Amino acid sequence: MAKDKLVMEIKDFSFTYSGAEEPSLRKINLPVLKNKITAMIGPSGCGKSTLLRAMNRIHDLYPGNKYEGKINLYKEDGTKENILDLKKENDFIKLRQQVGMIFQKPTPFPMSIFDNVAYGLRLSGTKNKSELEGHVEKALKDAAIWKETKDRLKESALGLSGGQQQRLCIARAVALKPRVILFDEPTSALDPLSTGAIEELITELKKELSIMIVTHNMQQASRLSDYTAFMYLGDLAEYNTTEKIFLNPEKKLTEDYITGRFG
Amino acid sequence: MSGKLFRNFSFLSATLSFFLLVGIFAILFTYAQEAMQEFGFDFLLSETWEADEDDEGGIFGGYIPIIGTLLSTLIAMTLAVPLAMGIAIFLTEIASDTIGKPVSIAIELLAAIPSIIYGMWGLFYFAPIVQSVFGGNGVGLLTAGMVLAIMVIPFMAAISRDAMNTTPLVLKESAYAMGATKFEVIKDVIMPYSKGGIIGSIILSLGRALGETMAVAFLIGSVMSIPGSITDPTTSIPVLLANNFAEAQDLEMSSMYFLALILFVVSFIIISVAKFYFLGRKVK
Ligand SMILES: Nc1ncnc2c1ncn2[C@@H]1O[C@H](COP(=O)(O)OP(=O)(O)OP(=O)(O)O)[C@@H](O)[C@H]1O
Ligand SMILES: [Mg+2]
Repeated sequence: MAKDKLVMEIKDFSFTYSGAEEPSLRKINLPVLKNKITAMIGPSGCGKSTLLRAMNRIHDLYPGNKYEGKINLYKEDGTKENILDLKKENDFIKLRQQVGMIFQKPTPFPMSIFDNVAYGLRLSGTKNKSELEGHVEKALKDAAIWKETKDRLKESALGLSGGQQQRLCIARAVALKPRVILFDEPTSALDPLSTGAIEELITELKKELSIMIVTHNMQQASRLSDYTAFMYLGDLAEYNTTEKIFLNPEKKLTEDYITGRFG
Repeated sequence: MSGKLFRNFSFLSATLSFFLLVGIFAILFTYAQEAMQEFGFDFLLSETWEADEDDEGGIFGGYIPIIGTLLSTLIAMTLAVPLAMGIAIFLTEIASDTIGKPVSIAIELLAAIPSIIYGMWGLFYFAPIVQSVFGGNGVGLLTAGMVLAIMVIPFMAAISRDAMNTTPLVLKESAYAMGATKFEVIKDVIMPYSKGGIIGSIILSLGRALGETMAVAFLIGSVMSIPGSITDPTTSIPVLLANNFAEAQDLEMSSMYFLALILFVVSFIIISVAKFYFLGRKVK
């Protein structure tokens, strides 16, 4: 554990939604380790999505939310920056290119499969056609959806099945070569087969990048992740290696939750 | 039992609207026969509209009102589309609730004002402004086109806004999560997603501008002459029909049915083409 490098680090982080009296997150301290999968579990409404959405500052699309504490993002050279200090739209864009996000429901854009995957690259300035084609092919291969899509790249992405759409969204995120991808219940709208494909894909992806995944599926968390964070009512109740959390948790609360005694 | 009744009822209403359409066409076509036989295709190109002394015959051509209708509609749409889109985008994506709500309500109220009021307002207040800015004598193509634009903008903006509002939040968020700017989200996600509704709003407004009578009657000048410049007075099909219907007889009456038929067919074609071309291709 000592050798693992940090990619993000959440420090004494509190978050209050605009207009809310109580904070939805209180003093969270959580590391995100490089090339590892960190799972976040906990009952509905405990603040998992809220935390995830702070990590790429998507919350800032809506005014009036309050942050406290720090969320550090470590660069390749070991220096870090507190992403809560970012203020300009340009800085948000750079952050979001490094910290990608996959949502619960697949969100293909109303354009072709190719354009979906090329979207982020075009936004960040890649214009050259053959370069784009190369990146798109690589991303689709990385997301294990190349075989199904290579003959229909020009067709609308909305014609794909739900599971394929979700893998397309992952390809779209991967194409930007982010350092971290945040997954918010990425398989909860999918059938078991598609879920299996996405899980395999996520495991494969951790060679290249670091992953944080929210899930309500205990098997998924234990199968997939290296570390697990258990959240409860806006607090981080327990964080440890997945093995420890699932086999020998320190808190009674954690044990009750993973054995399904509540929530 | 009641299900069957309802089915029959909806079938009846559906067929009724179809027969209404065919029926109107048939009536226009029948009454236009006399003029069609007399003038044929030249009706479209002839600029004269004159009854004989005895009111029995005359020479009637539709060129001027047809041109007037098309030009005033073109001016209106050229002005209205970008402005209405701007308002809709402002309301869905840019304005905060404190500004957006009142503007939204104002837009809806504006859309409900009867056209004669726009005509009167246009004649007494707007025409002098157009005259002092663009020259001419106040009434004319430009004034009519601009007031038509003002009339259809609220309607177009309100429908486009509703269409844009149907874009799912997560779709916008996932574009932002890819590093898109607000402008890029509007252009790449919101506009394509709500394309059907936006085009629908444009088509409906186009139909309204083509057929608008009251406001245009006040503003276009109602003279049978080809506009030499954009501020010149001319006339349009609905205006000519409204002005001449009371006195017209025989051949002139038939010529007016011919004009009405042309307006009917033109509106019908524009709307069907737009509908099948754009809405039919909407991404599945
Ligand atoms: N936009 C918002 N404004 C105000 N409060 C919110 C908002 N979104 C979420 N909350 C509140 O913040 C708390 C945490 O919500 P969050 O969505 O992070 O939960 P979650 O752990 O992701 O739950 P789930 O498992 O159901 O997705 C909840 O109490 C919720 O009611
Ligand atoms: Mg959630």
